[in-house]
Amino acid sequence: MFRNQYDTDVTTWSPAGRLFQVEYAMEAVKQGSAAIGLRSKTHVVLACVNKANSELSSHQKKIFKVDDHIGVAIAGLTADGRVLSRYMRSECINYSFTYESPLPVGRLVVQLADKAQVCTQRSWKRPYGVGLLVAGLDESGAHLYYNCPSGNYFEYQAFAIGSRSQAAKTYLERRFGTFQNSSREDLIKDALFAIRETLQGEKLKSSICTVTVLGVGEPFHILDQETVQGLINAFEMAGEEAPAADQGAAGEEGAAGEVVAAAEEGAAPEEGAATEEGAAPMDI
Amino acid sequence: MTKQQANWSPYDNNGGSCVAIAGADYCVIAADTRMSTGYNILTRDYSKICKLLFYESSLACTFVQLVVSRKCVMASSGFQADVRALQKHLAARHLIYQHQHNKQMSCPAMAQLLSNTLYYKRFFPYYSFNVLGGLDNEGKGCVFTYDAVGSYEKVGYSSQGSGSTLIMPFLDNQLKSPSPLLLPALDAVTPLSEPEAVDLVKTVFASATERDIYTVVHPFNTALSNFSLDVLQGDKLEIVILNASGIRREYMDLRKD
Repeated sequence: MFRNQYDTDVTTWSPAGRLFQVEYAMEAVKQGSAAIGLRSKTHVVLACVNKANSELSSHQKKIFKVDDHIGVAIAGLTADGRVLSRYMRSECINYSFTYESPLPVGRLVVQLADKAQVCTQRSWKRPYGVGLLVAGLDESGAHLYYNCPSGNYFEYQAFAIGSRSQAAKTYLERRFGTFQNSSREDLIKDALFAIRETLQGEKLKSSICTVTVLGVGEPFHILDQETVQGLINAFEMAGEEAPAADQGAAGEEGAAGEVVAAAEEGAAPEEGAATEEGAAPMDI
Repeated sequence: MTKQQANWSPYDNNGGSCVAIAGADYCVIAADTRMSTGYNILTRDYSKICKLLFYESSLACTFVQLVVSRKCVMASSGFQADVRALQKHLAARHLIYQHQHNKQMSCPAMAQLLSNTLYYKRFFPYYSFNVLGGLDNEGKGCVFTYDAVGSYEKVGYSSQGSGSTLIMPFLDNQLKSPSPLLLPALDAVTPLSEPEAVDLVKTVFASATERDIYTVVHPFNTALSNFSLDVLQGDKLEIVILNASGIRREYMDLRKD
């Protein structure tokens, strides 16, 4: 990016009326791996691409359960995302403690946006380097919001953030007219297709993506690898060699199971994993 | 010059009794449903039992079938406003635990949390006399009994509340708890079967009702207990049974007076 003399401080305006530090923070979001969200009248699906640094390491967690009725997918500085999702969880717990009812999603995103704005107006702080796709369900229906590091937030029918998200956005733009009345299965299918767009030719497997669903009568939860792989196979997106892909998938799950043990819902069949409690319903 | 006494108390005693009995693979927790203040009845239909944990998962792998079971239920007598606040507090803490650890709490962990929570308010206590019943990690019944400031002990059975002085000796007689002074420590879980334990609980409450004015249950035609319980008048005994197959709730009506 260009070097300017007005970009050292977040509290310094440029002559053109821009805050460069905030804009640079938005750039950080574009560096993260892709996350997409889409919603219908009754369901919201979040999906993301899991990119591990190396074959030896596990991938970073990008989707967090905030409450039974709210989930968030992040792109950018995942550490900032982790901290913000802890804040969101805390807000939800406090609200339901006081009011004995779930926190309306619109309220939560405003609080999040205000929190982000504070960091754009303090000289000793820096903006959060993470974009959040907040999926929520409340009395007014299903919602999908996008929170920027700038402190802005927008509601979307479908959106994608992170690297190569433009490809996913193009796909979503073509199809979004049908989302409002989509069934749950079709919504998940569209999410997987959108994820595939961001992979630019790389084979779509359940080990490199995470899919989460939230809907009426269905609390926010992560779909386990077997289910996702089954859906991928059913949609014939694995590409050539479908039978080999199945075996490959089973092998992937075994290997990926150790790698992703924390996030998967008891999918890891190894004995030791059982006591590790990957199987908790609070799988986030 | 006599010391001035407070003319207002932040506490009230809403009466009632709770009982819990641990078995080899089950746990029975029971409490009456009367809520009173002084000599008046506030309601005959108030539950003193709160489900703190309920999680079951069956993991099948190549050689072993593992059933991980976390069940924990708390019965509390005393000041119900404090009891309700305590229940909400524990539920919120449990959510935080789940977010941090990616799993549910175990019953012994919840027992410790309850103790710490109570002691946190050592100098303005929760007026809540609790009995925690659940299944531990192996599926065996466990009962923890507390005082108002968090002192607790794992036992085979316990009772708290206004009728506890009547109930406890009877349970001691029927369940023969080993002395805590014996070494090595003997397991106090009762060898009784689940139906026998439930029957014992019903007997115990029926007797306590006869003598304790604050613990009341109403003798009603048990066939009526299948109807909506709001329709039934009178006090009841609420029994919760935890075992490997899940959680079951039973009601028995006792004396109304």
